[in-house]
Amino acid sequence: MTRRLLLLLLPIGFLGIALFLYQGLGRDPSHRDSALMARDFPAFDATTLRDENRQVDQTLFTGEVTLVNVWGEWCPACKQEMPQLLELADNGIRMVGINYRDTREKGLEFLSEFGDPFEVNVFDPDGSLGFDLGVYGAPETFLVDAEGVIRYHHKGYVSPEHVRERILPEVEKWR
Amino acid sequence: MALMRWMFIALLLTLAGSALAAGIEIREFDDPVMEQRYRDLTASMRCPLCENQAIDDSDAPISGDMRERVYLLLQDGQSDIEIINHMVQRFGDYILYNPRLENRTYLLWGLPIGLVILGVVVVVLMVRARRNASAKALSAEERARLDALINRERSS
Repeated sequence: MTRRLLLLLLPIGFLGIALFLYQGLGRDPSHRDSALMARDFPAFDATTLRDENRQVDQTLFTGEVTLVNVWGEWCPACKQEMPQLLELADNGIRMVGINYRDTREKGLEFLSEFGDPFEVNVFDPDGSLGFDLGVYGAPETFLVDAEGVIRYHHKGYVSPEHVRERILPEVEKWR
Repeated sequence: MALMRWMFIALLLTLAGSALAAGIEIREFDDPVMEQRYRDLTASMRCPLCENQAIDDSDAPISGDMRERVYLLLQDGQSDIEIINHMVQRFGDYILYNPRLENRTYLLWGLPIGLVILGVVVVVLMVRARRNASAKALSAEERARLDALINRERSS
């Protein structure tokens, strides 16, 4: 009797492991949650892209739900997602840019060519703020709530579908 | 002598060329222990961008930034654990080739050991069952029946 039971356990165990491994196959290996989720926006000290005498820090992100976009002139996907970001700004969402690993001239050129949805752009030429945000390639987009806590993270290009299906609902959720 | 000098210059150029090609910068360490720690740390962290390359042999800009940060934190006198925490806080557990032992990873680390123990238990049980079966003596009645069967087989 126990022998039968043991023999029955074998296929059940096999099926269990097979199912567990199978559901892993369908996952996107490059997708993972940001380590900064539900944490405070990192402290920083920087100037803005347009004004090298204006100092900004993490208090920039308190008081209102803000969408933070990390971009650079060298990044092709950043150019492609600009129309979506302009649309988000038109919807009354506060947008702040982080000009990542770029120069002032190139960054300003980019804004005059592709539009500027940002209230202000933090200038981060050496990528140190990006590093503290765990950014490993632009574009990346973070949603920061009114208390300055990171609530949502989007890695890579933001498509019109992403705006409709993920970003707008998240903004509503944290407002 | 002149030949030696030329060979030396050629060798230097080759070395410099290969270092540039790999995109890995040359760092100066006063302390060989610290240099070894730098090597171990950068070999134990996975590049967040390139999925399966350690940051010590990746050309990605982020890997360069991470090597730089490891170097600065070492110079700053931080311990290996502090440096690893510094990186994990920013880039997540993903960058660790060896996941840390915590609630989430008990199954991961424990499963292979658990399976080995289970296997040993199964083997022990099977051996014991077999030994019991062969050692079991026949009763007088069974012996008589066995004899009868053998005799019938012989006489026919």
